[in-house]
Amino acid sequence: MAKFTYPKIAPSEIEATPPELSSRSTSRREALAGLVAAGAGATLLASPAMAQTAAVAPRPSATPLAPPSFRRNPRWSVNEPPNTWEEITTYNNFYEFGLDKSDPSERSGLFKPRPWSVEIAGEAAKTGRYTLEDILKPHALEERIYRFRCVEAWSRVVPWMGIPLKDVLARFEPNSRAKFVEFTTLLDPKQLPGQRSRVIDWPYVEGLRIDEAMHPLTLLTVGLHGRWLPNQSGAPLRLIVPWKYGFKSIKSIVRIRFVEKQPATSWNKAAPDEYGFYANVNPAVDHPRWSQAKERRLGGSLFGSRIDTLPFNGYANEVAALYRGLDLRRFY
Amino acid sequence: MSPATTARLRRGGVEQLALVAAFLPLAWMAMALFEVAGQSLGPNPSRELLHTSGKTALNALWLTLALRPLQELSGRIEFLWCRRVAGLTSFAYATLHLLVYAILELGLDWSDLGAEIAKRPFIIVGLIALIGMIPMAATSTDRAMRRMGRRWQRWHAAIYPVSLLAVWHYYWQVKLDITEPLIYLGALAAMLGYRLHRAHQRRRAT
Repeated sequence: MAKFTYPKIAPSEIEATPPELSSRSTSRREALAGLVAAGAGATLLASPAMAQTAAVAPRPSATPLAPPSFRRNPRWSVNEPPNTWEEITTYNNFYEFGLDKSDPSERSGLFKPRPWSVEIAGEAAKTGRYTLEDILKPHALEERIYRFRCVEAWSRVVPWMGIPLKDVLARFEPNSRAKFVEFTTLLDPKQLPGQRSRVIDWPYVEGLRIDEAMHPLTLLTVGLHGRWLPNQSGAPLRLIVPWKYGFKSIKSIVRIRFVEKQPATSWNKAAPDEYGFYANVNPAVDHPRWSQAKERRLGGSLFGSRIDTLPFNGYANEVAALYRGLDLRRFY
Repeated sequence: MSPATTARLRRGGVEQLALVAAFLPLAWMAMALFEVAGQSLGPNPSRELLHTSGKTALNALWLTLALRPLQELSGRIEFLWCRRVAGLTSFAYATLHLLVYAILELGLDWSDLGAEIAKRPFIIVGLIALIGMIPMAATSTDRAMRRMGRRWQRWHAAIYPVSLLAVWHYYWQVKLDITEPLIYLGALAAMLGYRLHRAHQRRRAT
């Protein structure tokens, strides 16, 4: 099978590094600019023409992104200590960058989260291509501390930052035939080297029932820990559906389509007996190869960090009504 | 010194070297556990220990199988001298793998262990592979080899079914990309094919 080679990227070249890092690199850039300017000053005496070119040259090509402004939303936040930035951003399943948990943080350096646009398609009045700025502009960003439960029986607590998906979707005026919403991740093996290996039928596709998409817990997410999403966490735009297994929370979204029929989703297509369309966190329904009754909370001690998994990942009060009358064993 | 003594000394040296190599993965695990020299087990340390110990057991087992063909193809007897250490290394890491699973993954919750084993056949497959290694490990001394004679060969042919079970156990828990288990299986088939071919040659020669 095809083995892909990864470009090696220095950490300082990766966008969306933590503020302390980026401020350091900014000051390094300033220092560099200063040096060049000083050099230019010296050359000025010798050759004014050269000094002019030097003065234009050292401008950084990309303007650094202003940090996001947001407000905390305690109404939808859990009272559990969040995991650290390190714990959230160095252990990821993002097969577009490789299969190992460390691949996304190590191999996502060539990914370009900006400029970004999203195609809105299907059963809605306002379809078309929208820039990321268009999508975000009318909304206030809020921070919500959610539990995140992976289908592999580990979990963490993450302070996400985003907008309720329902507020964004409403702007496109979905019509009555919009029964489901389908989401698609960027397809570009140059930026997403894992897509050169066909472990999944790329691009990654996920979907929600329209009432799930319109639920106030469903968050269109752009940041975490008060910073813009780093590449390995699904920059610049991803979904967070906290009562479902993590694979439903699709990353780096380029297309949102309103559809009448249940979309064919990637993991469900890859292994239908193991990953259902609903994928609600459910301690009573095991994965065929492992139990879902307990989970390992990342960042805990080596011995004592296995905790009970809660129905709907602890959000049963909010979402159980969505599934009234549905056999959760059959529709796992 | 007699040539026999020299050979014994050389053999001892090679075995010691192999033993040092056998401890390297364990040394890495210990370093990563205590985060020495920038090593780390990452945010899910028990899972990392589980994978590292299992993979090392598998690698050492495949190496054990490869040493005879390597010796025959290269003509260097040193390869054979490493077989005992390689086999015992695999057994030791497989045991560690089970301990990590029982103690760290399950937290010694025996009710969980019962339920897990009953429901998940790959655990049974792995367990049988480990149990199958015990007689080989127990008869790995020079004395046992001498005492058992031809019977020793037959006992140690268990390495083939054990390897098959081990790769099956691996295959069964891969989430999606089965490339690696298939590579192990292919290597196993190649080594087994080589043995059969050689046995056939020997039969024809006599």
